[in-house]
Order: sequence, then C-alpha cells, then structure tokens
Amino acid sequence: MSNVPADLRFLKSHEWARLEADGTITVGISDHAQQALGDLVFVEAPEAGRRVAAGEACAVVESVKAASDVYSPMSGEVVAGNAELGSQPELINQDPYGAGWIMRIRPDDKAQFAALLDAKAYQAALAAETH
Amino acid sequence: MPFIPHTPEDVREMLATIGAPSTEALFDEIPAALRAKALEEVPPALSEMEVGRLMSARAASDGRPLNFIGAGAYEHHVPAAVWSIVARGEFYSAYTPYQAEASQGTLQLLYEYQSMMASLTGMAVSNASLYDGATALAEACLMSVRAHRKSKSQRILVPASVNPTYRQVLQAIAGNQNLAFDLLPYDASGGHTTPASLEKYRGADITALVIQQPNFFGTLEDVDALTDWAHEAGMLVIAVVNPTSLAILKPPGSWGTKGADIVCGEGQPLGVPLSSGGPYFGFMTTRMEHVRQMPGRIVGRTVDLDGKPGFTLTLQAREQHIRRSKATSNICTNQGLLVTAATIYLSLLGPHGLAQVASTSMERTAELVDALARVRGVRLAFDRPRFHEAVLLLDRPVKGVLEALAARGIVGGCDITGHYPSLGNPLLVCATETRTREDIASYARALGEIMQNAAAA
Repeated sequence: MSNVPADLRFLKSHEWARLEADGTITVGISDHAQQALGDLVFVEAPEAGRRVAAGEACAVVESVKAASDVYSPMSGEVVAGNAELGSQPELINQDPYGAGWIMRIRPDDKAQFAALLDAKAYQAALAAETH
Repeated sequence: MPFIPHTPEDVREMLATIGAPSTEALFDEIPAALRAKALEEVPPALSEMEVGRLMSARAASDGRPLNFIGAGAYEHHVPAAVWSIVARGEFYSAYTPYQAEASQGTLQLLYEYQSMMASLTGMAVSNASLYDGATALAEACLMSVRAHRKSKSQRILVPASVNPTYRQVLQAIAGNQNLAFDLLPYDASGGHTTPASLEKYRGADITALVIQQPNFFGTLEDVDALTDWAHEAGMLVIAVVNPTSLAILKPPGSWGTKGADIVCGEGQPLGVPLSSGGPYFGFMTTRMEHVRQMPGRIVGRTVDLDGKPGFTLTLQAREQHIRRSKATSNICTNQGLLVTAATIYLSLLGPHGLAQVASTSMERTAELVDALARVRGVRLAFDRPRFHEAVLLLDRPVKGVLEALAARGIVGGCDITGHYPSLGNPLLVCATETRTREDIASYARALGEIMQNAAAA
C-alpha cells in the first residue's frame, strides 16, 4: 500500500501539491506513481519563470520503462525546479514527498488549492484505479 | 493471399456491433476528393518469369555508364564480402527485432556501429541510425529545439550551400512543426558561408546554425570559425557531414573550441550501393548532455544477472510506442540492414582503408577538375579547398551537354541550374576512388569534343 500523506493535495494523474507558508505550492509525484514507474533515470524539471496552466504538462519523469508527463496542479509561475534531480533522479523513488519534489509554483489564485483532491479522495481514486 | 485474418462473417459481426451498415460507411467523414483512388496505372499482374524478363530488360537499358554524379549519394567500391556477410540469415532483416534482447548478435552489431559513428564524428553518443540523410537533418533541427531550452524562437540558420533536397525535406518535415529557417547566402568566390554573412543575426534569438561539411558544392566550410561564432551567439551547431570525408577531415566533435552539438548525415557512402535513390540510412550523434533529446534508439552494453556481458536497448523510453505523439520522433525508422552493411564495410576497411578511400577520392576529383577546367567554355566556380566534388560553370545550358555526354556513355554530373539559377550554367561533378585516370581522360576528351562541336555549330 502506498503512502498518501494527509496534509497534501493530489491530482488523479498522481501529482501531489503542498501549500507552503510563503503562498507557493511545492509539486511532486506520489509514492504510488514512483512505485508504478520503477527506478527513475531522468527528470526534466521546468525552468524558473515559466508560466504554467492548471493541467499543463510541465515536467517529464523517465524510468527505464517509460517517460511520463507531470502536470501542473494549478495555474501560476514556476519559481523553482529541483536542480538536484538532474544528477539524482532516484530522490523521487527514495523520498517522493520530500527531497524528491519537482517544482515550486506561485499560483495565481491560492483559493484553487482547496479544489484539489484531498488525501481521502486520492486514496479513493487509487482504489478505483486498481479495481 | 490477403493478410487480413477476419472472415466476412467476422466483419459483419463487428459492423453490427457498432451499428455501421458497411465497411465503406466507416470512411464517410473523409471528403471524396481526399480519398485514395484505385491505382489505374498499375498494369495487370505478371508471373515471376515475366517480371524477371522485364526487370532484366529495364536494368540493361541503364547500361554501364561512367558515372561522375555525387550530389549526396556516392559510388564507392563495396568489397564483395560486405553484402555476402549481410545476406547471412543471422543478419538479413531490416528491423531491430521486437524482442530485441533475444537477438544479441543484432544488438552487438548495432553497438559496434554506434561506437564507430561516435568515433568517426568525435561525439559521445550515436543512435542506432535513422531513415536517411535528409530526414536525419530534419530530426536534428527538431532535436535542437528540444535541447536548447533557453531559445524560444525555433529559428534555425541554414546556408544555401546545404544540399537543396535536404532543405526541401527540412521544410516539409520541420516547417510544419513551426520551425522557421533563415537561408544564408554563400560567398560568391569561395562557395562557402562566411561569419561576416552571419553578423546580422548576432543578438537575435536563434536556436541553431546548420553547417554542412563538405557543403553541397564540395567546398570546405570554415567550420572552426562558424562553430565558434554560433556558440558565442548562443546557438547550437548542427553538423551535416559525409562519413567518408571524416577519415581525413577534422571530426565535428573538434570543430572550434567546443565542437558541434549534433552531428548527422547520409550513411550511404559506407557500403551501400547506389540504387535509384535508396534505401539508404541516416546517422546521428551528439554530446552526452543532449542524449535524451536524440530520436531513435540506442543499444547499450551491460551485464546479466550472472555478470556476463550482454547488449540491451537503452533510452527507448521516448520512442513512439511509449510516448505516442510526444515521442522524440515518429519517423525514427532504423535501417537495420544498411547499418549492418555499413558496420561490416567499416570493419573490413578499418580506419586506414577509409582514409585511403577518402584521400583517393579527393585526388581523383582534383585531377578531374584540372582536366575539365582546361576545356574551352568550362571554368571552375569556386576557389576554396574541396573534398570530392566541385561546381563547373559552362558557357551554355548544362542540359544539352549532359545529353551529349550520355550518348557517349558518360553521366557527366548533376545539373544544379534549377537550384542555383544565379550561378548561370552550373554542373556539379564528383570522382571517387572508383574513377581511374583513364576514366577522367575519356570524360575530358568527350567534353572537349562536345563543347567544340557546339561552338562550331
């Protein structure tokens, strides 16, 4: 069973988002997603300054099996991509909700954060996917 | 036998399930004007014996002319061993097998091919080949846009001295994916691209500069100066090269201070015979930092569970069977059989043999140019150093002269008037190691007579 922290919000496409004190959100892929992909070998994180729309593909995670898009949970501006992933993509496998974060986004409308799936809803989505 | 497993009953059932009256009805939404018509020009079927006769007659009508055309495809001697080894059952397939790792021999061959191409071009990594030289350039341009993330323009500088058919393919493939190409003029006396002609682009957001070496005229470009200029201006450098020439010319990986970023070209000169324009194969190599943006597949060497060495497909995660429309390429067809021939050709010749082919071709072309430029009404277009091709300027239309030569069994070169009308009457000629001094002398003699006759007429 994969780990779904209660304090995060999620997308059905397996991204997570955490609202930070400074009003930005940190985005990564869920424990379930990293397990399903297997060992990651490459991550293409977006550059700071890029505008992204909610649902837009803005990063790529590549395992030995597949290269998959990572979608932005909210519209806004990318303030940072995780540069560590360039040389250590395995951080996502080891610590998907911590050192394996992919990007930070300053959302245009913070209120939209609440509209994302909460942990319970994401778990339900996972259960529906496996059955 | 049609290779469709469905019986009429299957088809009826499927149509009934989806509620369509007929198979034809499934195509209703395609306007009639766009539908493929029946092939009316195709004659009725012939038996194998009849086809054999017809093809022998057609082949004989080609004759065995003395060939002096290059222009992108080159007649080199292919040792008989090459295709007799290629035709062995173990090699005789055009594709990497679907269960690739079950075919260790094929994978090892592709691995050796990649090692040879990386070494010839002076780059870190090679893919397992592409469709042909022209599409390889289009792929390289698309790749440069993915690799150069700081550049947003998708604008690429392409010298007019790049093979014109490559430029057409480039426009057809990449032009429709919103890439824009700026044509650079060539220097009137040298036939090369000068850094001075690039100055107006300094400061503009340009993704890449294409440099063909030798260029379509056979002229050698000042690759060091061009590469450094492009890098200084924040562009990537895409090299289009003739693989044979790399045995004696500086590899793109050593151009200028940093070397080219992406190298591509036509692989035909390496053991693939001229054959009505194909099939040939394209190659592509790059720096390690761009490897994930390179289309196609790469074979890697690894160890199995018991620690024994073996070969495996690596970096195929971005191919179309996984990434669909987001794949790095949707035409990264691997020309496996031709790559097999090239690998065997290169291993039989070795670095020394390939250098001999290159330098002999260069000498023969120098002799050819010398002999032809002495003919009245013929002069050399450009004065720069060249590899194994040159542009001659005639005092009258090229077409008629080529026809008169053809009547004497000589294919005198490529008429490039249509591509470069401002040159007047340009004829692109080539001599490889397969042309002897006698061949060159007979060409010069025939040309002399033809030019004299017509002048007298």
